[in-house]
Amino acid sequence: MSFIEFHDLTHCYNLGQKNEHRAIDGLDLSIEKGSFTAILGQNGSGKSTLAKHINGLLLPTSGICLVDGKDTRNLEELWQIRRQVGMVFQNPDNQLIAAVVEDDVAFGPENLGLEPQVIRAKVDEALKAVNMTKYKNFAPHLLSGGQKQRIAIAGALAMDTECLVLDEPTAMLDPQGRAEVLRTVRKLHEERGITIVYITHFMEEAAVADRVVLMDSGRAAADGTPREIFADVPGMKKRGLDVPLAAEVSWQLRRQGIKLPDGIITEDELVEALEAYTCQSN
Amino acid sequence: MSIELKQVSYTYMPKTPYEHKALDAVSFTLEEGSFTAIAGHTGSGKSTLVQHLNGLLHPENGQVLVDGTDLAASSKQGRKEAMAARNKVGMVFQYPEQQLFEETIAADIAFGPKNQGIEGKELEERIKESMELMGLAYDEFKDRSPFQLSGGQKRRVAIAGVLALHPKYLVLDEPTAGLDPLGREALIQTICKLHKKWKLTIVFVSHNMEDIARLADSVIIMNHGKMAIKAAPQEAFMQTELLQAAGLQEPAMLHLLHRLREAGIPVNDNAIELETGIKAIREALSDAE
Repeated sequence: MSFIEFHDLTHCYNLGQKNEHRAIDGLDLSIEKGSFTAILGQNGSGKSTLAKHINGLLLPTSGICLVDGKDTRNLEELWQIRRQVGMVFQNPDNQLIAAVVEDDVAFGPENLGLEPQVIRAKVDEALKAVNMTKYKNFAPHLLSGGQKQRIAIAGALAMDTECLVLDEPTAMLDPQGRAEVLRTVRKLHEERGITIVYITHFMEEAAVADRVVLMDSGRAAADGTPREIFADVPGMKKRGLDVPLAAEVSWQLRRQGIKLPDGIITEDELVEALEAYTCQSN
Repeated sequence: MSIELKQVSYTYMPKTPYEHKALDAVSFTLEEGSFTAIAGHTGSGKSTLVQHLNGLLHPENGQVLVDGTDLAASSKQGRKEAMAARNKVGMVFQYPEQQLFEETIAADIAFGPKNQGIEGKELEERIKESMELMGLAYDEFKDRSPFQLSGGQKRRVAIAGVLALHPKYLVLDEPTAGLDPLGREALIQTICKLHKKWKLTIVFVSHNMEDIARLADSVIIMNHGKMAIKAAPQEAFMQTELLQAAGLQEPAMLHLLHRLREAGIPVNDNAIELETGIKAIREALSDAE
């Protein structure tokens, strides 16, 4: 069952002006409930514009965006959509607003007018899910970038969100922070079946998704499993994108006549394949 | 000529419950003409460190000398000299495009030099030159609004604004964060050119071990406010334990080669770049045959 559907979606910035810019151009795409979709593409390919349609921060210039069957243009349904879809942006400092971590997470449920004990329970549960319980009385500005992003995710969870849209959530983080955020997102996807839409420039992160959509000039230029997408090493490079190291190395080795199986994209797979290769030749 | 740090320490919010020692007796010298990377996890003191390089922060203890001038000098004459020395160090912050504010690109780039009293023909020359350096054609871009550019272009305008100050040392705090692979590569090439052709001394903060290995002639690894090592990248990255303790990952290729070794494939595990790594794997495979 699809959770998000774009039908012939077009979005133009500065419509009718001299600097009109068509960021999304007649996109048809549907995203299944409970799936983990990574979105790749160059800067300016329409990724962020797309993300902002999913919870109605932007509305289509033409075409339709449906979330769980509801049209984002319908104001009455928009609030429901925003409860179902949580957004996490690139800069952790721009999305935390309270002076204490647990207040920040409570902000959403408080605005729903829930009972205090219900809010308490939701906040505790959300902080636990992102492994940040220990920091509930901290001031957000004293946390690392990865911790801040996990608080932003907790804020969405406290709203019982069914879908997380993350727009380059790790771009500003160090390697440790990146690993923390990705681990948290994967856990929420696997354990709670939360639908994930994950925009990134890091190919290793996209490799853990179950689907990769490649945006180019406002359209979906390619769509498939990470294995299918990253198999096309020259094609990816031509689009100004990269592939995970393991995919690149195995592609190069195959080109140089070393017989390795197709579809290697992770380091584990490459190590295993090379081990098997040396065993055979012995 | 160099930037020299002598036993520099810095504490945020001293004598409060939030007291935090961000730098702890850090000493090193950045020679003129060098290309140095600074790496470390969040909170390791990198940003505090770079803010000392042009006197935005003054050390609590220790000294920062730029071409021999103490940036924190307190005498009247000393302060004057310190100001001149600070002007030699250009600083490009993280996400510098957020600092753009003028109506046209030329006006934005002019802001810094104008404040230094440069005007007229020389000002225009500087704007032109720094735009060309950053790959922005003067006639095409000068009158455009900086806010209508792409992220990568905005960042180039912001860096041009720093170059227009004619710094001798250029400090960049994570210059490629948030750019797509193509934009990153283009900016890296430009920084390389600034170093090679324009002889700027470069200091850059980065999390990308591949970039560090490719560009820098030395890397400073920070850990909990202390300098864990300053060495050539090749040498520093071989110290796996030190990297792990500092919360960094070794370069992906090195990691792969180490894994292969552990799996019993006798690969030469000191390559960082793609080509050399693949060559090492090929050699190990043909040895096994």
